[in-house]
Amino acid sequence: MNVSSAPDPMLPEPLRITRAKREMHGVFTFELDVSARGGFPFLPGQFNMLYPFGAGESAISISGDPHQPDRLEHTIRAVGAVTRALERLGRGDVVGVRGPFGSAWPIREAEGSDLVVIAGGIGLAPLRPVVYHALRRREAFGKVALLYGTRTPDDILYRKEIERWRGRLDVEVEVTVDTAGSDWRGNTGVVTKLISRAAFDPGRAFAMICGPEIMMRFCARELERLGVSLDRIWITMERNMRCGIGLCGHCQFGPSFVCKDGPVYRYDRVQDLLLVREV
Amino acid sequence: MPVVLAAADLDALVQALAGRGYRVLGPVARDGAIVIDDVRRAADLPIGLEDVQGPGRYRLERREHGAFFAFTVGPHSWKQTFHVPVERLFQIRRHKEGFSVIPDEAPRQRIALLGARACEIHAIAIQDRILIHGEHPDPRYAARRSDVFVVAVNCMRAGGTCFCASMGTGPRAERGFDLALTELVEPGDHRFLVEIGSDDGAAVAAELPVRPANPEEIGAAASVSERTAAAMGRRLDTSGLKERLQKNLEHPRWDDVATRCLACGNCTMVCPTCFCTEFEDTTDLAGETAERTKRWESCFTLGFSHVHGGSVRSSIKARYRQWLTHKLAGWHDQFGTSGCVGCGRCITWCPVGIDITEEAAAVGLPEKDG
Repeated sequence: MNVSSAPDPMLPEPLRITRAKREMHGVFTFELDVSARGGFPFLPGQFNMLYPFGAGESAISISGDPHQPDRLEHTIRAVGAVTRALERLGRGDVVGVRGPFGSAWPIREAEGSDLVVIAGGIGLAPLRPVVYHALRRREAFGKVALLYGTRTPDDILYRKEIERWRGRLDVEVEVTVDTAGSDWRGNTGVVTKLISRAAFDPGRAFAMICGPEIMMRFCARELERLGVSLDRIWITMERNMRCGIGLCGHCQFGPSFVCKDGPVYRYDRVQDLLLVREV
Repeated sequence: MPVVLAAADLDALVQALAGRGYRVLGPVARDGAIVIDDVRRAADLPIGLEDVQGPGRYRLERREHGAFFAFTVGPHSWKQTFHVPVERLFQIRRHKEGFSVIPDEAPRQRIALLGARACEIHAIAIQDRILIHGEHPDPRYAARRSDVFVVAVNCMRAGGTCFCASMGTGPRAERGFDLALTELVEPGDHRFLVEIGSDDGAAVAAELPVRPANPEEIGAAASVSERTAAAMGRRLDTSGLKERLQKNLEHPRWDDVATRCLACGNCTMVCPTCFCTEFEDTTDLAGETAERTKRWESCFTLGFSHVHGGSVRSSIKARYRQWLTHKLAGWHDQFGTSGCVGCGRCITWCPVGIDITEEAAAVGLPEKDG
C-alpha cells in the first residue's frame, strides 16, 4: 500500500506574529508572517487550527483579504484555555498553524447577483474576506449590502473599517445593536429587522450569514419571506473541530463533518437539522 | 485449490509466519476473555474454549472437542493493532527563534493476523477506507497496514450476539485474506481446510505439510459456514434503514434508550470500526518541550461535542442517537458503507445490554401502547 508523501496535515507550522491588535474587550487580531512560505492562499470562509505552544489547538476562521495572501489574519475571541493562551501572545511570538481547512463562501457563484452579507457579533470575522473580495471586484456584483448586528456599540468589530465601507456610495452598510446608551444614534434591535429595509432584489440575491444558529435561522426565514431562494442562502456552522481533516469525528453535524463539508453550508441542505436539538 | 492441514500441524503455520519475519498476533485466553496478543506457538491459542455471549454477558467455557477456534470475537479487535489506542504524533521544542516540530516516525512492522474473522476483515477494510483512502491518509495507520499477512478463520459457531449474516460481512471470509482456514472437527480427525487468497498465501502454504483437499472436505467446510449462518440468532433489517433513522431523529425510542444507556462508551471502544480520536497537548515541567498525543475518543463523552459555552450533545439521548445514526446511516453518506459489521461486540460489552439491532429496529416504528 502506498504511504502518502504529502505533508502531514497534522503537523503545525510555526509562524511569527507580526502584528497583534486589540479589537475590543477579549477580542484581538493577529497578523502572521507568511513571507518565508510564499504567502498563505485561502478561500473566504476557511479556517486554520492555531496552536499556542503546549496549550492545545483552536479552530479560527481566516479574516483577512483573500487577494493579499502575503498577509494571514485571524480575529480571535478569548473564551477557552487555548484562545486565552493565544491572547497572552504578542508581536514576535510564534504560533503553530495548520490549514487552511473547510469549505468556502460561494463568491464566484454569487458574481452577477446582489450580495447580502449578514453578520452577528464576532461572526463578522469569517465574512470579512467576502466583503474584501466584493469591494475589490465590485463591478462583478449587483447591489452589495452588509448588515451587522452586535450587542452594544462597544462590541462593534472592525469599527473603523465598517465606517470606511459605510462611506462608500456603492455599498449599503447597516449596523444595529441589542442595547445602547442614550448617546447611540444608530439602529437598535435584532439584525433580522434590517433585512427588509436593505436595497436588494430578492429574486437575484445571494445571502451569506454568520452568527449564532438561532440568528441565522431567523435571518434565513426573513430572507425566504422576501423571496430569496433557499439554495442561495449560505450559513456557517460551529462544532468542535479538532483535526480539521474529517478524521477525529468531533465536529459531526448529521451526516457531515463541519471541518470538511463545512463550515460553510448551503442553507437548504441543513435547514431540517437546524430544527433538531443537540444534533 | 484448497489444501488440508492436520490440526496437529497448525504450529507449522505459526512458525512459517514467524520465519518470514512476521509478528504473529492472534487470540489468547487471558483474564477470562479471549484477547489479541502475540502467538508464538499453536499451543498459545485458546484450545477447547468457547465463549458464551449475550447482551451484557460474556463467559468462557471449556469443551471437550479440543478445537482451536471454537470461540467467536472477544473484547479486542484488530483496530488496536492498526488504529492504535494511544500514539504520540510529534514533539515540539522551544528555542530562541520560536519552536520546531519533530514528527514521530511512522512505525515499520510486519504483522500476521492469525484468526481474523470475516466481520473483522470487513471492519479493517472500512477503517482503511477512512484512514488510508480518504482525502488525508493517516501516515501512521497506513504504515501499520502496509505489510500485513491475514490468516482468516471461518467461524464454526455463531456467537450469542452476532449478526454478520444481516450485514453481508460473514460468517465466511470471501476476500481480504492470504489464507483462510475452516476448522473441521470430527472424532479422530481434526483438520483445517486451507483456502489460498494471494501469492503470499500460496508461498506460505507451500512451506506447510499440506495435501490437496478432497470434494468431501470442501463440502464439509462450506456446510460449516452455512450452519453458522443459520444458527445466528440476531438480525438487522438494513433495507431502508438509513432513511428511516435519518427521518426519525425525534422518535420517542431515543428517550427510551437514554433511560438505559450509561454513556460509558464501551460500545465505541470495542467497536472495530469506530475511529474517533482526541488530541492531547502537554508540556514538560520546564515548558521547553511539548508533545501531542492522539488517543481513542468516544462520542459518548460530554467533552466530545464541546464548543465554547458547553456541549452540543449534553443529553445521553443525543449522544446515543449520534452514535447509532452515525454508525448505521451517516457512515453511508461519508464513506459509502455501513459502519456496522454485525460483530455484536457493542451488545455483549454494554454493561446494561443495549442491543443495537433492537434499537435500530424500534426507531421509526409506531409507539407501543403502555
